[in-house]
Amino acid sequence: MSFISYLISGISLGSVYAIIALGYTMVYGIARMLNFAHGDIIMVGAFVAFTVSSTLGMNAALGVVAAIVVCTVLGLTVERVAYKPLRQAPSLAVLITAIGVSYLLQNLALLIFGANPKSFTSVVPVPALKLAGGQLTISGVTIVTIVVSIIVVVVLSLFVKKTRAGRAMQAVSEDRGAAQLMGINVNGTIALTFAIGSALAAVAGVLLCSAYPTLTPYIGSMPGIKAFVAAVFGGIGSIPGAMIGGILLGVIENLSKAYISSQLSDAIVFAVLILVLLIRPTGIFGKPLNEKV
Amino acid sequence: MKNISKTTKSNCITFGIVILAYIIAEALIQTGHMSSLMEGIMVPLCVYVIAAVSLNLIVGVLGELSLGHAGFMCVGAFSSAFFSKCMMTSSMPEGLRFFLALLISAATAAVFGILIGIPVLRLKGDYLAIVTLAFGEIIKNVLNAFYVGLDSAGFHFSMKDAIALDMEAGGTIIINGAQGITGTPRSSTFTIGIILILITLFVVLNLMNSRDGRAIMAIRDNRIAAESIGINITKYKLMAFTISAALAGTAGALYAHNLSTLTASPNNFGYNQSIMILVFVVLGGIGNIRGSVIAAVVLTLLPELLRFLNDYRMLIYAIVLIALMIFNWSPKCIAFRERHSLKDLLKGKKNTKEV
Repeated sequence: MSFISYLISGISLGSVYAIIALGYTMVYGIARMLNFAHGDIIMVGAFVAFTVSSTLGMNAALGVVAAIVVCTVLGLTVERVAYKPLRQAPSLAVLITAIGVSYLLQNLALLIFGANPKSFTSVVPVPALKLAGGQLTISGVTIVTIVVSIIVVVVLSLFVKKTRAGRAMQAVSEDRGAAQLMGINVNGTIALTFAIGSALAAVAGVLLCSAYPTLTPYIGSMPGIKAFVAAVFGGIGSIPGAMIGGILLGVIENLSKAYISSQLSDAIVFAVLILVLLIRPTGIFGKPLNEKV
Repeated sequence: MKNISKTTKSNCITFGIVILAYIIAEALIQTGHMSSLMEGIMVPLCVYVIAAVSLNLIVGVLGELSLGHAGFMCVGAFSSAFFSKCMMTSSMPEGLRFFLALLISAATAAVFGILIGIPVLRLKGDYLAIVTLAFGEIIKNVLNAFYVGLDSAGFHFSMKDAIALDMEAGGTIIINGAQGITGTPRSSTFTIGIILILITLFVVLNLMNSRDGRAIMAIRDNRIAAESIGINITKYKLMAFTISAALAGTAGALYAHNLSTLTASPNNFGYNQSIMILVFVVLGGIGNIRGSVIAAVVLTLLPELLRFLNDYRMLIYAIVLIALMIFNWSPKCIAFRERHSLKDLLKGKKNTKEV
């Protein structure tokens, strides 16, 4: 029974990684940049939800909505101010800018909220589920996290495949120049992607802090890196890849914590990543890169 | 003196800057004009300069993105501190012990450079970046769960905890998991740091100016063309990674012998540290060795000089970072700089170029 319970909490953790990884992967697919500040948007989302629901004492649902709105606006602002001027710059320059944004958000949060950890009250009103005669308990947060991530993936896949804006995204990620010639608003599409990615990060932040209720200005960075690993795992740029990669990562992490060593779980996750990339250099769902001479 | 080549001249300037900076800093220390805080960051400054120059070998010369440079430093730091700790009771003179520790750190880090160099041969770009990042995190993580003890029966290893070492009474624990190595001799000095910087510069600049270095740069510029003229890609990529790792290892040794307690904490050797070194390289100019030296010095001093701003200093640092990047690369800023360039202003010439 304990194996199943570890597995389920692994899937739940993995679902959070998957939601973050979706944002990573979409932004990478379209803007071809590693958005290192993505993890810190998660942190901002969690802090906004915390402020609205705990400090101001308002409805928890309102806190979630506020987090999504603030993060979306933040994502759009960051894109407009810091990334848009660097569209033509070498990718390393954009990477460093993203790192700068990440430092900026962390230190702003540090100034506003201080370094002391805050305890986040779960915003999930679902009661825990008892199965198999009380031997197996699944917490409400776990259920909600898994359900939300499934909804997010389905909606996002439909959005990208069926709607005009989604197809524009695909076109821009395929060939930016050609998309522009076809009359697609490239800048608008990139901004839309950032908005969606940041909104997802807000959702992930709330879910993450509901499951692990300590809130510091640095909570975003490690899940951000893990989600990046998950996105690479599944093949960066692929939506199902991010989902599968995230869940695999969460399960591996939790099982190795439970059965091998809690100290080495991160090392095991990263070692598996290296192995996967050695066998499939572009990830599980990644398209092989063709080289032209 | 006329037939000195342009590269030699430029290299001499780089060496000159380092030596001059050393003389000025040393003069300030001797005359007591430097605060103890500043004096304390002189050795870390040397560490970061070496790390930045060696990373530039991978990023600038080989053209691959590495986010695991702190991992190599970590390997060098722990292997050298381990050696020094074991040798502390022997009668070996301190200078020789530190020299051997530096050699050991370089050798161990080089072995890891080869290990990480193998995936490098298969991966490119961002995928390589994530593998190097993963590698750095693995090293940090494993060292945090690594226990080594020494007693009369020899070494004991464990991955669990200090009790599992099963040591005799009177044995000493050398690496104590997350508590790291305590009581490392503090052998690092500013002078040794500067000597190591000069050696690093000598190695890297000479490599860049050699047949091997040109082969590495050819791989960076066009891998397929380089392969077609018979350059052995595997050999040269591994060579660049190994040399860079070895140099980073010595930087790690210098770092370790400047602290009395060495831990593999995220602040010391996490990916944030790797990223910080990468920031030095990018801001100094990718492939520009002198730029790396200057950027490492300026950016290490900047947070210290901004100390009077207290809580705001890292905020300012972040804003400076973003602003510098935008100023450097935004098309509008580039156009602006071209119209109002400093050289034209000095010459008093009006720029008539229309855009």
